[in-house]
Amino acid sequence: MTATVEEQFDQVVAHDRRIEPRDWMPEGYRKTMVRQISQHAHSEIIGMQPEGVWISSAPSLRRKAILLAKVQDEAGHGLYLYSAAETLGVDRSDLTNRLITGTQKYSSIFNYPTLTFADVGVIGWLVDGAAICNQVPLCRSSYGPYARAMVRICKEESFHQRQGYELLLTMMRGSQSQREMVQDATARWWWPSLMMFGPPDADSPNTAQSMRWRIKRHTNDELRQRFVDMTVPQADALGVTLPDPALRWNESRGAHDFGQPDWEEFKRVVGGDGPCNADRIAHRRAAQENGAWVREAAMAHAAKHPRFAPFSAPDQPDSGRPKVQSGGGSA
Amino acid sequence: MSTPGQDANWPLYEVFVRGKRGLNHVHVGSLHAADPDMALHHARDLYTRRNEGVGIWVVRADEITASSPDERDPFFAPSGDKVYRHPTFYAIPDDVPHI
Ligand SMILES: [Fe+2]
Ligand SMILES: [Fe+2]
Repeated sequence: MTATVEEQFDQVVAHDRRIEPRDWMPEGYRKTMVRQISQHAHSEIIGMQPEGVWISSAPSLRRKAILLAKVQDEAGHGLYLYSAAETLGVDRSDLTNRLITGTQKYSSIFNYPTLTFADVGVIGWLVDGAAICNQVPLCRSSYGPYARAMVRICKEESFHQRQGYELLLTMMRGSQSQREMVQDATARWWWPSLMMFGPPDADSPNTAQSMRWRIKRHTNDELRQRFVDMTVPQADALGVTLPDPALRWNESRGAHDFGQPDWEEFKRVVGGDGPCNADRIAHRRAAQENGAWVREAAMAHAAKHPRFAPFSAPDQPDSGRPKVQSGGGSA
Repeated sequence: MSTPGQDANWPLYEVFVRGKRGLNHVHVGSLHAADPDMALHHARDLYTRRNEGVGIWVVRADEITASSPDERDPFFAPSGDKVYRHPTFYAIPDDVPHI
């Protein structure tokens, strides 16, 4: 008996195996994956900006080197994800166009400003912390290239969160005004961090289908709860207060009760009307436009100096291996 | 100024990394570059920021010939009925050692 392609797809998903790029997949699945992966990629790329502005004024060489490495990682995360999106037949420059023309979205969190250096620490602690909660289950997402990109990303996120928390611990041991900066930054980033998990389950119509396709493993509210439960003891250890009067341990649930973020604000910011949306897009657009001549020049140079004449016979007919490039070593 | 994204698009390269001596190169992802040298340098920056590799191959994605998943069954069928290629096909008495 031969299963239809659709039955085969359903079986692969049901058995927790992975869908790979050239497999048949339902059009809705492909569309959902393209949207989710490219929006995730855009978020990593835009996410370089709030912290990137602090690189040149980091308070020490140590902090500068750490921040530079962190921001470079976020660029890498964006590129892993664009690479995964391209396996679904989309074109990377087209995705970039959709970002800078506003037809595709990115995480609302990166539309808030970084007012002090404490914000760099709080982003590492809360924003990367929330990203870890979201991303760990995605390592088992049904689409193979996305799941593999997530594994790489999750390995790198732990450094991001720890460097942020360590920065805050250092500031809390400093002067009174440094402690106030940490408290202020925590209060400003708390609610936007809770928004990173998306709207409440009741207002998240796509969740059920994404869970059936095993793209998503947990609902928005489940992940938000997990994040709050993980973060509260970290805030205590740091000595800061989370700005939620409703936040308290609920013995019977074995979890924290907490208040809801302002979901109207969330809609406004996702819709383009946050404090920094226009700046973020303008900055990305300028980088794309100002880099155009470099991309063109590199292509012109490559055309002038072809490494191999196209379709010529290999000069090592018996090797069948890639030629060793300069600097590549023979390992 | 050219329209963003409409300028010279760099071709796609697939990247393979040898994690350490003794292991094969393994596919890790892809990137865009103007030529193979640039692809190699980008691959180093993108895929080996934490000593993940001792060797890298890059190959243009459009030069790879791949088997098709639609024909997976007929394509791999020839090996399906050759059970005698596996050691378990051969019955050897239990008291014969080291075989
Ligand atoms: Fe990231
Ligand atoms: Fe991160």
